[in-house]
Amino acid sequence: MNKIVTKKLDLWYGKFQALINVNASFREKAITAIIGPSGCGKSTLLRVFNRMNDFIEGIKIAGEVVIEDRNILAPAADLIDLRKKVGMVFQRPNPFPLSVYENIIFGLKIHSMVEGRNNYEEIIENSLRSVLLWDDLKDKLNKSALSLSLEQKQRLCIARLIAIKPEVLLMDEPCSSLDPQATARIEELMRELKNKYTIIIVTHNMQQAARVSDETGFMLLGELIEFSKTDVIFTAPRDKRTEEYITGRYG
Amino acid sequence: MQRHFDEELKELHKEILKMGVMTQEEIFKSIESLKNRDKSQAQAVISSDERIDELELAIDEKCIDLIARYQPMAGDLRFIATSMKINADLERIADLAVDISQRVLEVIEKPILKPLIDIPKLSEVAQKMVKDSIDAFVNRDAELARGVVRADSQADSLRNKVQDELINDYMAKDAKTVDRAVPLLLIARYLERICDHATNIAEDVVYMVEAKVVKHHPEQLD
Repeated sequence: MNKIVTKKLDLWYGKFQALINVNASFREKAITAIIGPSGCGKSTLLRVFNRMNDFIEGIKIAGEVVIEDRNILAPAADLIDLRKKVGMVFQRPNPFPLSVYENIIFGLKIHSMVEGRNNYEEIIENSLRSVLLWDDLKDKLNKSALSLSLEQKQRLCIARLIAIKPEVLLMDEPCSSLDPQATARIEELMRELKNKYTIIIVTHNMQQAARVSDETGFMLLGELIEFSKTDVIFTAPRDKRTEEYITGRYG
Repeated sequence: MQRHFDEELKELHKEILKMGVMTQEEIFKSIESLKNRDKSQAQAVISSDERIDELELAIDEKCIDLIARYQPMAGDLRFIATSMKINADLERIADLAVDISQRVLEVIEKPILKPLIDIPKLSEVAQKMVKDSIDAFVNRDAELARGVVRADSQADSLRNKVQDELINDYMAKDAKTVDRAVPLLLIARYLERICDHATNIAEDVVYMVEAKVVKHHPEQLD
């Protein structure tokens, strides 16, 4: 089943068109990778899904992005609800300068989701367990999140999202600041998380896209050139431009 | 954009071509040794197998090395994967040329059973199929490869013809011919196996060029 469907999606930054007629369906509880050269529009597309681009001056969007039968680009769309449902993990882990505990309950407080400290504790434990941090941090919940390793910080950022029970996790180059071992562990985590969440990852690392994703979209100059099962994209792409990019001939 | 990787792939291409040429020579020599009852030529085929085995190992190593160092994708990946499979098929073909030569050494120790008619015909089919499959690989010619796959039934029927004749006209009638007929029967079998390997190569070439699987899917041939 599809979780997110884009229909004739166009996006302009002023006069520059960054997304051109993007039509794609993102499968529920699967990992979809978006690949393409710098400036191709992949991060822009990702940010449309929780309307992170809204803050950019001069932005104009046309078309539809449907999540569960609702067009999230409609003027009446509930952005608070959208951002609860669709969370984002960034390139550099960005925990708040607070304790591990406070980081995880931050979203819960904002969304007034939970009453009572006991319930917080259960959610904190569950969130940290789901990113495999509980055993490391259960005795250090009051420690500053800024003192964690890069990998732990990135896991904490994912745990912070999971605490508010999202449905979609958007990941923008989530491993680019991590070493290969930490990258491998985050990829394993992604495989576990996809049982519960729809994951869309933007990555420059084609081997990562090939390893971790179920479906892959290739973007070039704002257009979605090809979208297919990952094994097809990396062994037998249909479009010559996809072939040139993934074999390193593009440019 | 020109890639250093392309130079490496060209090297691999050359090595496969070299393997193909050497293998074709071995089939040719093994058949000639049968036709001419030439012991030294048959022995030459047997002794040159070592060179082909060494080249097979070198090509395999090169393929593994390219995969490890470049993590190839798409057409590059299909090319390397196909090269590895073709390499194995060519080595098996060369082994079958050795098998033929070993039977030739048995045959020429004994009086001639019969004039050879269908075995030379089968050997021509086999040599053409091997040549075409290698040409199809070298020139990325999927149509030529499809022609090789289609030609395989011709090899099967020639093999059956040889088999029927040797069994019914000779061995069934006169048990004393068995020791001369069996090596010929085996040679026909080896030649037909050579055609099967050429067919494998051709099927892999179609996959390499078009990313279509025709192996076990004859409907994809057209």
